[in-house]
Amino acid sequence: MIEFTFWDMVRNLLLAARWTVLLSLAAFVGGGVVGMVVLFFRIAKNKWARRLASGYIALFQGTPLLMQLFLMFFGLPMLGLRIEPWTAAALGLTFFASAYLAEIWRGGVDALPRGQWDAGASLGLHYLQELRLIILPQAFSITRAPTVGFLVQLIKSTALTSIIGFEELVRTSNAINNATFEPFTVYGLVALIFFVMCFPLTQYARALERRATTN
Amino acid sequence: MGYSLDFGWLADATGAIARGAATTILLIAVTTLAGTFLSILGAAGRRNGPLLLKRAIGVYVEVIRNTPFLVQLFFIFFGLPSIGVRLDPLLAALLAMTLNMAAYTIEIVGAGLDAVPRGQTEAALALGLRPRQVFVKIVLPQALKVIYPALTSQIIIMMLESAVVSQIAVRELTYEADMLQARTFRAFETYFVVTIVYLVLSMGLRRLLVSGGRRALGAGVS
Repeated sequence: MIEFTFWDMVRNLLLAARWTVLLSLAAFVGGGVVGMVVLFFRIAKNKWARRLASGYIALFQGTPLLMQLFLMFFGLPMLGLRIEPWTAAALGLTFFASAYLAEIWRGGVDALPRGQWDAGASLGLHYLQELRLIILPQAFSITRAPTVGFLVQLIKSTALTSIIGFEELVRTSNAINNATFEPFTVYGLVALIFFVMCFPLTQYARALERRATTN
Repeated sequence: MGYSLDFGWLADATGAIARGAATTILLIAVTTLAGTFLSILGAAGRRNGPLLLKRAIGVYVEVIRNTPFLVQLFFIFFGLPSIGVRLDPLLAALLAMTLNMAAYTIEIVGAGLDAVPRGQTEAALALGLRPRQVFVKIVLPQALKVIYPALTSQIIIMMLESAVVSQIAVRELTYEADMLQARTFRAFETYFVVTIVYLVLSMGLRRLLVSGGRRALGAGVS
């Protein structure tokens, strides 16, 4: 049996946490980019574009993330793509995040008074200019709190990628647990590491929310 | 390409899928009842309890909300036995789901309690109701009506999250899917079918909760 001291555990878990952070960032950035595209469809003037985006969002919000990851992991090889757990995890979480972010930002766009669009149009801006200069900056600014809140959810969701074999924090902790038989300590430490990552963001989201309500 | 979809296994698998779905429904039904009850106690305790209780509830809510459900589940199922608490998979899953859901719904219920005007409590006290009667008969029903949509969303999120308890071998929908794909070697088709079952379950659950809420809490619930 391998001898694992407490500090070996901590060190290995912290090394694995790098992958959790990296995956969260990749999914957040990727989800933001794809989410923008979904948002454009969701608020488009064309009825079918709007329906398509609504369907996309409902699909990702109405099925378990674990199933989405499985479909990504087993489905992409069928299209002839060689896929590793990292790719499946990053892509799966990107699409998952895009649906949620698009819906959050859509809420921001809807919350703006109709007059903002009218004012833009009366200044001679065309649709894309209106979005870029007037609508989106305001929509992003009023949805900052839920966006940060979703980032916390996304960080926690990366734990599921351990199930499709991505070596992040939880998968490493399973391996350590199998070697040390100290599940109480190991999973306690994992929970602590996640807490340290998420709690400041939760507090930040709360502060943003308070600032938004006092304004 | 060179890969063709095959759903021929489906005919023999409907029994397993139905059993798994039934377990998923059982899990979420128990969690909803226990979690809502616990969160009413928690939200009331956080507002009116002694300082120590308030602190404890606050810590509980923050710890659960800032750690992944999967880790909570592993901690309860694998970690607790080392301090002498041994649970079978189904009980561990129910405990983890209930504790997880309650942490989110304590905040939701609390927001509902805050939304009921103080005058309601004062009027009820003036009519001679005891404090407990005031809470149960006056404040709580109004609070539940306000928060019902948020509660509905949380229940559905929890139902989707319950897929994870397959990892400790609870025989629910995802577990059955894992078993099926191991037998048929048709992983994509299996998870595709089961994903659709989940989609139907979540849409059906939402419809049920909305119509049930309208009946129980009166009109105005969306």
